[in-house]
Amino acid sequence: MRIDDTPRGSEIVDAIKAAGVRHVAALPDIVTSGGILWRLAEDPDIRLIRLCKEDEGVSICAGLSYCDKRAVLLMQQTGLMDSLNSVRATGVEYGLPICMVVGLLGKEPDRPASESENYGVRIVEPVLDAMGIDRLGIETSSDVALLAPAIDRAYAESRPVVALIGRRIER
Amino acid sequence: MMRRDECFRKLAEHRGDAIVVPAYTSAFEWIAIDPNPLNFVSIGAMGQASSHALGLAMGLPDRKIVVLDGDGSLLMNLGSLVTVAEAGPENLVHFVVENGTYEANGGHPIPGKGRVDFAGFARDAGYREVHSFDGLNRFSAMLPELLAAKGPVFGCLKIEPGPLPEYDYPMIHSARMRETFRQAIRPFLGGEEGGPARKG
Repeated sequence: MRIDDTPRGSEIVDAIKAAGVRHVAALPDIVTSGGILWRLAEDPDIRLIRLCKEDEGVSICAGLSYCDKRAVLLMQQTGLMDSLNSVRATGVEYGLPICMVVGLLGKEPDRPASESENYGVRIVEPVLDAMGIDRLGIETSSDVALLAPAIDRAYAESRPVVALIGRRIER
Repeated sequence: MMRRDECFRKLAEHRGDAIVVPAYTSAFEWIAIDPNPLNFVSIGAMGQASSHALGLAMGLPDRKIVVLDGDGSLLMNLGSLVTVAEAGPENLVHFVVENGTYEANGGHPIPGKGRVDFAGFARDAGYREVHSFDGLNRFSAMLPELLAAKGPVFGCLKIEPGPLPEYDYPMIHSARMRETFRQAIRPFLGGEEGGPARKG
């Protein structure tokens, strides 16, 4: 029996692929680097686009969406904050399915993000709520089941979504 | 030095069924010269034309994608040169219209005006082919070759500031423009028609 209920990287990658995603735009983030990004980088089914800056990824995912190609943008919450103007314009105002998987650097494992001691973590959910962006938290292995349906819904309804990864995902 | 409208008229003669992604001032001037449903003007925040174009180029690898970037716009997203070169889309042609000013925002000079070397940036980033043009005859003569070359191709068009086009931001950000483009590329897509982005 598994005692640690931290999600496995393989579970998250499988969920991303189950949602039909074959393109991933990413900047490394230590929360998701080992368990998710390295796995995606080595996955022959995935086309990885290495970014210099996260807002590029918003636009790349948007461009792919016009072509009926599903994509995910993988980054840290600092990159999300840096990209908010692109998310605002392209995701929210244009109404495009920008699907973001975001590692919460500095979040305490056993505390909700909204109650984190870390200011940069604490503000993420209120900012997303203020922008009207759908979000889900992935804290435990059972939460991973929410990811593929959330991506499906984002594409079906043509709207952005953010999956917040609350624990460091090891390889 | 060249004029932007002259360059664009030459490009319009050779575009064929390429998708053209113009940024801001270039967008308004390009649309006036070559209105076409395959123009993609919904580039969101400033500086993002090249990144939207990269997504389109990867999603439609059999179509030619032509970016008409601004120098101020490219400076805002300079890392995209490296990202594009790393991704290596063979179907992408990236022009930057260099006039040294933030034309859409009062004509202030860009930082590094007259010193920065956009072609040098692209070359060092790893674009497959890089050119710089300050004369219309040479640009015009090379256009067919540029558009046929294996990309990513970069071309810096050195132009003089000219009369400003009419800025109609609500139009370029409108749902109508995005839907027009979506319908125009529908024949290029495989799989289901009209539904949400398909799996895979």
